Amino acid sequence: MSKILVIAEHLDGKLNSSTARAVSAAAAVKPEAIDVLVLADNVDAIAADAAKIDGVSRVLTVARAENAHPLAAVLAPQIAKAADGYSHVFVPSTTFGKDVAPRAAALLGVAQLSDVMSVEGTHTFKRPIYAGNAIVTVEAEPSHVVVATIRTASWPAAASGANNAPIEALTLDVTLPSHTRFVELKQGASDRPDLQSASKVVSGGRGVGSKENFDIIFKFADKIGAAVGASRAAVDAGYVPSDLQVGQTGKIIAPELYMAIGISGAIQHLTGIKDAGTIVAINKDGEAPIFEVADFGLVGDLFKILPELEAALG
Amino acid sequence: MKILVGYKRVVDYNVRIQVKPDGTGVVTDGVKLSANPFDDIALEEALRLREKGVAEEVIVVGIGPADLTAHLRNGLAMGANRAIHVVTAEAMQPLTAARTFQKLIEKEQPGLVILGKQAIDDDANQTGQMLAALWDRPQATFASKVEIADGKATVTREVDAGLETIEVELPAVITSDLRLNEPRFIKLPDIMKAKSKPIDVIEFASLGIDSGDHLKTTHYAAPPKRSKGVMVKDAAELVAALKQKGLL
Ligand SMILES: Cc1cc2nc3c(=O)[nH]c(=O)nc-3n(C[C@H](O)[C@H](O)[C@H](O)COP(=O)(O)OP(=O)(O)OC[C@H]3O[C@@H](n4cnc5c(N)ncnc54)[C@H](O)[C@@H]3O)c2cc1C
Ligand SMILES: Nc1ncnc2c1ncn2[C@@H]1O[C@H](COP(=O)(O)O)[C@@H](O)[C@H]1O
Repeated sequence: MSKILVIAEHLDGKLNSSTARAVSAAAAVKPEAIDVLVLADNVDAIAADAAKIDGVSRVLTVARAENAHPLAAVLAPQIAKAADGYSHVFVPSTTFGKDVAPRAAALLGVAQLSDVMSVEGTHTFKRPIYAGNAIVTVEAEPSHVVVATIRTASWPAAASGANNAPIEALTLDVTLPSHTRFVELKQGASDRPDLQSASKVVSGGRGVGSKENFDIIFKFADKIGAAVGASRAAVDAGYVPSDLQVGQTGKIIAPELYMAIGISGAIQHLTGIKDAGTIVAINKDGEAPIFEVADFGLVGDLFKILPELEAALG
Repeated sequence: MKILVGYKRVVDYNVRIQVKPDGTGVVTDGVKLSANPFDDIALEEALRLREKGVAEEVIVVGIGPADLTAHLRNGLAMGANRAIHVVTAEAMQPLTAARTFQKLIEKEQPGLVILGKQAIDDDANQTGQMLAALWDRPQATFASKVEIADGKATVTREVDAGLETIEVELPAVITSDLRLNEPRFIKLPDIMKAKSKPIDVIEFASLGIDSGDHLKTTHYAAPPKRSKGVMVKDAAELVAALKQKGLL
């Protein structure tokens, strides 16, 4: 029987919704137990949130000052130790999970699966390669623990509220390295919805033209209560910070509504939005590849169309 | 200080890859191959560190089939001092690649290893982290800025929440993100010069590495296609359509 350890992702004392998505993937394995591991300095609030997620059997906590920031070199040895007795270790495929999971897998001497998008059996999974242009079925050896990152856009967050899983403190006998130190985190301060979990996203590309012009994207997003994203070209040109990049090497998202404005639709961008419910494209070039995947396309100048959209919304 | 750079050859990022109809793989015959874009960035960073006097030698490493030589010559033409070619006909999973780098580290004793954050064929994003674990050294992944002084690297990392800065003691593994730098173009005279630069050839089998390939790819499929939707004529029609779907 399978027993799965899900590694909790959190920031500023709050559980990230990517954790509940990894729990959904764990549930698809139909395991005997799903335990969530919380590694933090102050674990209580995070553990309490994790205990509420449907399907969670136990929440295990390790409260150590060294766990204040998510340093892979510090967390991986603890995860490798805690993995003992589990058949699977699941981690969200976010920058947090991508950083820590391979390090933990290597300490365990096992290969790692990246970006699991579907569970076909206890040891059979599907994942994308080549920027999502091919989907492979991968079989893991049952004699090894399966360490996998979970493609968050492929999984809904498991419901939360009805559960009240027990919380247990875990003591792990591991020495932690001091060769890696946290200096600072500059967060893109924003009271807009979070790009990775928002139901609506409005993204701007190179077509927006400048940092100042990008206000038109922010304004429209605010009007409809959407998060803001961007293409790589817009980030590279300095219109917006890097944490807004959507795509193969940025964020992979699955909002109900995605609006691509002044974005051409390169494969590296499209791989980030494949799972969006409805895609809207606004582009002055009727031949832009984005129109091949858009549910609704509108050809025209974004600087003319966005004010018209706002007016039409009333 | 020596810097070891991962220099993988992959299907060029502009190629729209096709899955073979029988599901046994993707079509690579006659397809353009190039350096993994992140590895060009890794190499550029190593060259800049050498130009600043932080490093003396930059070594590009390619693990792959016998015909990798021309690809490694590109790395040499860009400016690497020498290359190491670990020859294997098999495609390699990240854990085995990491174990291979670990063997090279034992021999070369670099102060820094810079790999790409991900290879754009397998999109694994694992090798650097695994190598750092096996080597028992720090990792600074997804780097968009690297500063080296006093035996330490201060690295700014592109993370989901924003930009994180960490400080790691050397030796360490750094993996490059897109905005770390813009790789230089190769100039014709450099191609000529690269011809005389050394490439060490090592048979993978001679390294005595236990394969970590515990994952078997059993089937390849094309992704589900999104069907082309409708074109609307103006803003009012778009708003009406989205309202009708309950999206606005
Ligand atoms: C290894 C690698 C990884 C990558 N990862 C990513 C990634 O994660 N995410 C990503 O997005 N890209 C990524 N890219 C880059 C990608 O290949 C494209 O270069 C990028 O997506 C282009 O951005 P864009 O569509 O904004 O710019 P462009 O391709 O320049 O398109 C701009 C569009 O705006 C339109 N336009 C211009 N003015 C107006 C106007 N006034 N009104 C309406 N439309 C207008 C134009 O018609 C054009 O279609 C990656 C590339 C590589 C090599
Ligand atoms: N066969 C290889 N040859 C050279 N470098 C490699 C190889 N495999 C992986 N790497 C390095 O590891 C990085 C990450 O690869 P991956 O973990 O496969 O996404 C690449 O960008 C390379 O720098």
